[in-house]
Amino acid sequence: MSELDVAALGLRAVNERLQSVGPESNERVFLLRNPMGQHALACGLDAEIEVTIDGHAGYYCGGMNSRAAITVRGHCGVGVAENMMSGCVRVTGNASQSAGASGQGGLLVIAGDASARCGISMKGIDIVVGGSVGHMSAFMAQAGRLVVCGDAGDNLGDSIYEARLYVRGKVASLGADCVEKPMRPEHLAELDALLRTAGVGADAADFRRYGSARQLYHFHIDHAGEY
Amino acid sequence: MSVDQRALRPSASFPPEVIREIQRAADEGIYDIRGFGAKRRLPHFDDLVFLGASMSRYPLEGYRERCDTDVTLGSRFAKEPLRLKIPITIAGMSFGALGANAKEALGRAATAMGTSTTTGDGGMTEEERRASQLLVYQVLPSRYGLSPRDLRRADALEIVVGQGAKPGGGGMLLGQKITDRVAAMRTLPAGIDQRSACRHPDWTGPDDLAIKIVELREITGWKKPIYVKIGAARPYYDTALAVKAGADVVVLDGMQGGTGATQDVFIEHVGIPTLAALRLAVEALQELGMHRKVQLVISGGIRNGADVAKALAMGADAVSIGTAALVALNCNKPVHEDDYERLGTKPGFCQHCHTGRCPVGIATQDAELEARLEPEAAARRVRNYLTTLVLEAQTLARANGKSHLLNLEPEDLAALTVEAAAMAGVPLAGTGWIPGRA
Repeated sequence: MSELDVAALGLRAVNERLQSVGPESNERVFLLRNPMGQHALACGLDAEIEVTIDGHAGYYCGGMNSRAAITVRGHCGVGVAENMMSGCVRVTGNASQSAGASGQGGLLVIAGDASARCGISMKGIDIVVGGSVGHMSAFMAQAGRLVVCGDAGDNLGDSIYEARLYVRGKVASLGADCVEKPMRPEHLAELDALLRTAGVGADAADFRRYGSARQLYHFHIDHAGEY
Repeated sequence: MSVDQRALRPSASFPPEVIREIQRAADEGIYDIRGFGAKRRLPHFDDLVFLGASMSRYPLEGYRERCDTDVTLGSRFAKEPLRLKIPITIAGMSFGALGANAKEALGRAATAMGTSTTTGDGGMTEEERRASQLLVYQVLPSRYGLSPRDLRRADALEIVVGQGAKPGGGGMLLGQKITDRVAAMRTLPAGIDQRSACRHPDWTGPDDLAIKIVELREITGWKKPIYVKIGAARPYYDTALAVKAGADVVVLDGMQGGTGATQDVFIEHVGIPTLAALRLAVEALQELGMHRKVQLVISGGIRNGADVAKALAMGADAVSIGTAALVALNCNKPVHEDDYERLGTKPGFCQHCHTGRCPVGIATQDAELEARLEPEAAARRVRNYLTTLVLEAQTLARANGKSHLLNLEPEDLAALTVEAAAMAGVPLAGTGWIPGRA
């Protein structure tokens, strides 16, 4: 394992090191010490490496990640794993707003709570939140799955497209065109598999499923009041 | 009984087009959505003139003495700034709104001229990347098709905050243009109306933007210039804030800028004219001591070499063209007139980009229509047009004694109207008066 001291090396040097790991490199496991809430830590990675950040991270931690497995031992600022393509980002604490925003693939696991707009514009990413999510989560969510083991704030899934949402607790309110849907066996199976992959010990049978009513896919004047 | 034509007194408040629009709204119950930019008369570069040479200003010999045109964009922080041979770039227009042939033709033309073209909402197509030697990759609120791979193979990044045709508005690509390919690039079902968000999903305001810029620089190794594109809403403050947030280049789009599909009420009633916006942005840069350090690219109604030269004289480092480039491709050309008629319009008036039924094969995803635009021939037309713009701008610069287009200055200009004088900050012709200044 290679240890990198963020405070001593600086953001550019740390990211450059992580971004330059080639397929033939024997260095596959990294520990980042003293992150001190730095922004843009471990962003733009594109290799099958393991990166552990030992402390809190600022904005856009793991942004646009491809293939890397990143663990944050602490809390994360805005936009953790934003636009992730593949790989995995795990946060042991809480995450601020827009966690997993526009993510296209991979898995984001937040052990604690996520703030507002979790999964906004998600495009294929899977997000599993151990706690609760704030308002406007999964806003304009296009594809992928958002799993909330706690409660969801107001306007969950507003203007949702094809993403699938699973919530165990209470939903304060659903957004425009987001409706509750029946949990069929295939949904239980996919949720169970997702929970297992995320390492969350919850029973899929306790969740409810939400998704798009697909009533706003074509703008119609009679639906203007729905927005 | 014949009607006495002299008795037909039109109403200034309710001319025929207003009556028609009220009745259309009454029939349909929805606002008018269209393409193109503002159609109303606005103070513009036409309202400025160059003074030319005189006893105290020596002209350069046309065809004999050099008048250089090169410009470097993104030299503030980026390790690899863009070095353009001409100060005219092709503006961001999406694959989806435009067909692949149009995007390829624009890329080829820009490459031939040594300048850049720009992606749009929906991501980067392979045709566009192959055809474009210098390609600016837009990072838009929708994040459709955004990928780190494309960030790295772009030559510059452009964070889009706003657009001149609709500052504060998002986008709408109507279902008829959403083919399987467009849908796949955007991760959405084919055939449905696709809304492009008006705000970025993971940042709000200049403090967040500064961090977002750092992230993009980290992902691209601090090599790529980062542009921030703003619509002409509050350009003085927005320019200053973009500089503060760390932009290498500010792209400012005035209200004459075009769109593929937006509400008419938005196009005509939101934002300020390019002329006024440009002056405010230049003032902001000058007051910060960043003029020419953070480059300013202006767009919105650039049509000819005079517009180019006037924009540069007012302080822009380059201009960007969108609608005019499409017109050069053949937009609104009097060919296939039956198809214009089917859309209820005529060549010269068409604004039906949003329908996907573009008669000349530009703003369409229909294979039959798109075949009407042959990329090589279309690129040649745009190249010819760009060449003409450069020659015209050089002609004007030489007449003002300038050996480089960027040496043009406000002192070379006079305004023909009080409005233009006030907006552009140059004296009303025949006076030393700039309205609003002591």
